[in-house]
Amino acid sequence: MIVYALFFYLFASVCIASAVMVVASKNPVHSVLFLILAFVNASGLFVLMGAEFLAMILIVVYVGAVAVLFLFVVMMLDVDFAELRQGFIQYLPVGALVGIVFLAELLLVVGAWTIAPAITESVAAPIPPFYSVTNTEALGQVLYTRYVYFFQAAGLILLVAMIGAIVLTLRHKPNVKRQDISQQVSRTRDEAIEVVKVRPGQGLS
Amino acid sequence: MFEWWNAYVWPWLAPVWPVLVVLAQSVLLLVILLIAIAYIIYADRKIWAAVQIRRGPNVVGPWGLLQSFADLIKFAVKEPVIPSGANKGIFLLAPFVTCVLALAAWAVIPVSEEWVIANINVGILYIFAISSLGVYGIIMAGWASNSKYPFLAALRSAAQMVSYEVSIGFVIITVLLLVGSLNLSEIVTAQDGPYGMFSWFWLPLLPMFVIFFVSALAETNRPPFDLVEAESELVAGFMVEYGSTPYLMLMLGEYTAIATMCAMGTIMFLGGWLPPFPIPPFTWVPGVVWFVLKCLFMFFLFAMAKAIVPRYRYDQLMRLGWKVFLPASMAMVAIVAGVLQYTGLAPK
Repeated sequence: MIVYALFFYLFASVCIASAVMVVASKNPVHSVLFLILAFVNASGLFVLMGAEFLAMILIVVYVGAVAVLFLFVVMMLDVDFAELRQGFIQYLPVGALVGIVFLAELLLVVGAWTIAPAITESVAAPIPPFYSVTNTEALGQVLYTRYVYFFQAAGLILLVAMIGAIVLTLRHKPNVKRQDISQQVSRTRDEAIEVVKVRPGQGLS
Repeated sequence: MFEWWNAYVWPWLAPVWPVLVVLAQSVLLLVILLIAIAYIIYADRKIWAAVQIRRGPNVVGPWGLLQSFADLIKFAVKEPVIPSGANKGIFLLAPFVTCVLALAAWAVIPVSEEWVIANINVGILYIFAISSLGVYGIIMAGWASNSKYPFLAALRSAAQMVSYEVSIGFVIITVLLLVGSLNLSEIVTAQDGPYGMFSWFWLPLLPMFVIFFVSALAETNRPPFDLVEAESELVAGFMVEYGSTPYLMLMLGEYTAIATMCAMGTIMFLGGWLPPFPIPPFTWVPGVVWFVLKCLFMFFLFAMAKAIVPRYRYDQLMRLGWKVFLPASMAMVAIVAGVLQYTGLAPK
């Protein structure tokens, strides 16, 4: 238990410290790297809670894909760091306001937390003990039965977003030579070369 | 002596004892792994040389067997040079990230029936997550060097590794459909059948094995997909500015990632520690020997691909990833799921 607590405080403190550094660090690339550190520590906290599947998905999706694109974009941008720091005091009140509103909402949500009155009826179907059903199976059993329509809706939203991104960025440029692999492969010897007999001194007319 | 131990030391030691055990196991695995990596590099160079009818390393030690250790000492005693324009912290952090992430994946790999440091339920997902983080070492190294060639290499690698991760993900999903578990040990035991090596997943999932092998080459930046360090156009890619120990760590991370991919292929398609035929002379051999032999076979394929195949062009690489492997692997997921569903073979 002591080890568990030690790891909890390690992950939690590093997570909060790196979250602070995301905002505080001067270099945007450092910010993104601290963001990644915060993600990794959050997934460590998930593992401590026994939510191993969520922890791994957090790493695969956010750290392995989303944050790579973040880093990619931030590195490509030519950012003037001095100029970036100038508006810090100016934007501080707005940032603080957003933070306070968010904190107040969180407190309200946590304060108004009640256990659903209908939960006593669910006792007939008790939650299976954690060692008999793995994390992944338990998620699947709920996700693909009870919440299947929400799951499908989420998939559709992602599909629409993907198509939207393609439509916004796709431009057909004229005069671009493209490689057509099937055309290249289906080319035969007869189409590709012509054997000619060249007589000396005459060349090809 | 023991009274003193029981009274004063053990109460403090007891809570952290499991951690110490895991630590000792990890150190043991790391030492064996690092020695294995040294000989994998040697094997890589020897195979490459043999294909080109050269001798390869043959000077240090008998048949050049100590060449990797000589290289290690050479790198370690050289002066580390950090370019003045480099972002010093990230420049030095990048090799550590590459190396530590590559080694961390081995925590969940079962080398034999009970020989695994952490037998977690989401093992395959863990390896997938860790190997997808390998791109950070390259991006950080490329950006922090503050030089054109490394930066170009970093941009290339980011696109390449993210692209091929997608098809590796689908390959993993088809294997999971057959197994019904994300646990690596269960993936191996699911391949245990009366037909020995013909019960392993390489036969029913042969197209996926091919896709996995090619994607693993691309994911670890091995030739023919080593556009990250294409020496003809990018000098040495993201490693241009590196030397001495940081370079050594980048190299170590790269080869450890290759070994991880070999182990992953062994577990998913070649039956892990299972003997090729379930009859006595083969079943007497301990499982770890079979595991190592299969990993070496996978690595031999990697080395032969390096020696034989010419380098891809970048647009061809992207085409292969997105227009060939992605549709093919998605179709395979649908086909495998459909067949399992309608024949009633799906795991419960």
